[in-house]
Amino acid sequence: MTKITIDHNTKAILDKKDFARLIKILQEQGYTVIGPHIVDDVVSLRPIDSVKDLPIGYEDEQEKGEYSVKKVDCQSYFQYVVGQDNPRRYFMPPSQRLMSFHVDKKQFVIDQGPPQAPKLAFLGLRACDLASIQIQDRVVGYGVESTFRCESDTYYGETRRQSILIAVNCTRPGNTCFCSSMNTGPKAKENFDIALTELRQSFIVEVGSEKGKKLAQKLPLKEASESDLELAELKLQNAAKHMGRQMETEQVRKLLNNTIEDSHWDKVADKCLSCGNCTMVCPTCFCCTVTDSTDITGTKISRTKEWESCFTHQFSYASGGPQRNTIKGRYRQWMRHKLCTWWDQFGSSGCVGCGRCITWCPVGIDITEEVETLRQSNKSLLNSNNLQEVTT
Amino acid sequence: MAEDKIKLAVYKFSSCDGCQLSLLNLEDELLDLVGAVEIAYFLEARRQVLDPPYDVGLVEGSVSTPEEAERIIQVRKDCKTLISIGACATSGGIQALRNWADAELYKQTVYAHPEYIDSLDTATPIGAHVFVDYELRGCPVNQYQLLELISALLTGRRPNIPTHSLCVDCKRRGYACVAVSKKQPCLGPITQAGCNALCPKFSRACYGCFGPMEQPNIHSLGKMFAEKQDCKPHQMKHLLRSYNGYLEPFKQASEYYEQIEQE
Repeated sequence: MTKITIDHNTKAILDKKDFARLIKILQEQGYTVIGPHIVDDVVSLRPIDSVKDLPIGYEDEQEKGEYSVKKVDCQSYFQYVVGQDNPRRYFMPPSQRLMSFHVDKKQFVIDQGPPQAPKLAFLGLRACDLASIQIQDRVVGYGVESTFRCESDTYYGETRRQSILIAVNCTRPGNTCFCSSMNTGPKAKENFDIALTELRQSFIVEVGSEKGKKLAQKLPLKEASESDLELAELKLQNAAKHMGRQMETEQVRKLLNNTIEDSHWDKVADKCLSCGNCTMVCPTCFCCTVTDSTDITGTKISRTKEWESCFTHQFSYASGGPQRNTIKGRYRQWMRHKLCTWWDQFGSSGCVGCGRCITWCPVGIDITEEVETLRQSNKSLLNSNNLQEVTT
Repeated sequence: MAEDKIKLAVYKFSSCDGCQLSLLNLEDELLDLVGAVEIAYFLEARRQVLDPPYDVGLVEGSVSTPEEAERIIQVRKDCKTLISIGACATSGGIQALRNWADAELYKQTVYAHPEYIDSLDTATPIGAHVFVDYELRGCPVNQYQLLELISALLTGRRPNIPTHSLCVDCKRRGYACVAVSKKQPCLGPITQAGCNALCPKFSRACYGCFGPMEQPNIHSLGKMFAEKQDCKPHQMKHLLRSYNGYLEPFKQASEYYEQIEQE
């Protein structure tokens, strides 16, 4: 079927009329396709059956604490950015029964073992999502032994190994996006199998891996012309210039390491609801809680793993009560972890600039604004040498 | 074997019976429950009443009459572990709205023969009268949380009852945020989880059936409602004063909004 040679880094054209074919091939190969789909007026990442499930012709508007989608008069497939879902919903499910067993005489009998990893094809992941998956890989030690920090997660690893990542480069960034500041987007640079750039009638298909190459060979691809490639490049350059937000990352660790007692944290705490929404929508948050439960007879036991948030009391509960007993302490811990101590722990930033925490904070706390406010009020501190240096 | 079973008592005070019903609604687990405990006192389910003392007492409803104020003292004496269940028992419930009003005036207005009505001026939670060992929130309680609490008591472990915001549950379940995407005055960010995010599931704002979460920042949410949704102080007061209005810190916050409404 293929008229052109497909190899790594090949860039070719896929006509929009053939896009349905992509989903069909994935389904034929046994993948469950996870893609953007509108659920209750929010673009979510959900299992999709066909191209009709995509929010074709929709655009989103995002501001701090505000989100809306509207149908516009066009046939664009991906003119919206990320919604409240993120890929970890599938790699680390929000609620998962790890096992259940019962007591028979004096023995434990397993009723249900660990859940089976699904075979997933992600369609329409953005560059920030890909970066977040790379961060999660380091967190659970998938494929990167050297930075292994946490307990390896079999379910994550298996799902990750079996999944295929089809990215879409953002040509219309959102108003709360700041991926270009965090150096993660808007163009997918790595960690994808296939990356798409949307043009008017077609997509530029870029192959990023062996798995992607095999898939691309099955697609009715055509040679991309110079002008197509140039147009795609221009669109991406334009997108990078039109980020709704930006964050100055220069010396951010130094800044956050030396402003722990800054009075600004009290101001943020006045606003922060400690509801945990930012952590729930963040694609790099990974905290989970594991709960054992017995039934009324005391003979059936189950173990459940659920998403947890550092904004809850339970999270830091130790003898005597929560270790971070104030909203101020919890917000400061979260933000410093993302931008500062993540480096010490995992060797990278914990923020990918997707802007979810800004959009989905009910009261619209904006992490980029908070960093900037701290920076402005501590300018002289930053310039002085008499500061606690970053340790790593 | 039967004498080894723990004796369970279920009491009703001023309430709608909904919380007791959630126990009966367990259906699949009900046989296991009656197998594990002896129903010693539960007038809605069993005619036979066993003599106190009881190991565990569940109390539904608020204290709203002089008779109830006396009866709860005896109930406490009869139960080794006392658990108040549901919004009425833990906060005073919807009838506690009269705590801010003139109950006598209501009595005269509503009833043809007010002389037959013997009620207190206030409706108050069980915990305001006697020491309670556990409180289970909700209007009504979540039947599975109730089962979890009883199971935990029987096993001697800590019950898994979260006290965090409803938002955590909403996001885990993948429900679209009604506060952000629909600009509805959702109390989710200050309300304790436990209802399985029932209202947001149907794109409706949370109205706080499970009462305040741990350390709620009501003032900040109220400010956002005022700025983005043009929510007036009296509307904010009404939002807070529903099923759990008399429970702190909803109570104090609602009084604050009442004060600025009058200014």
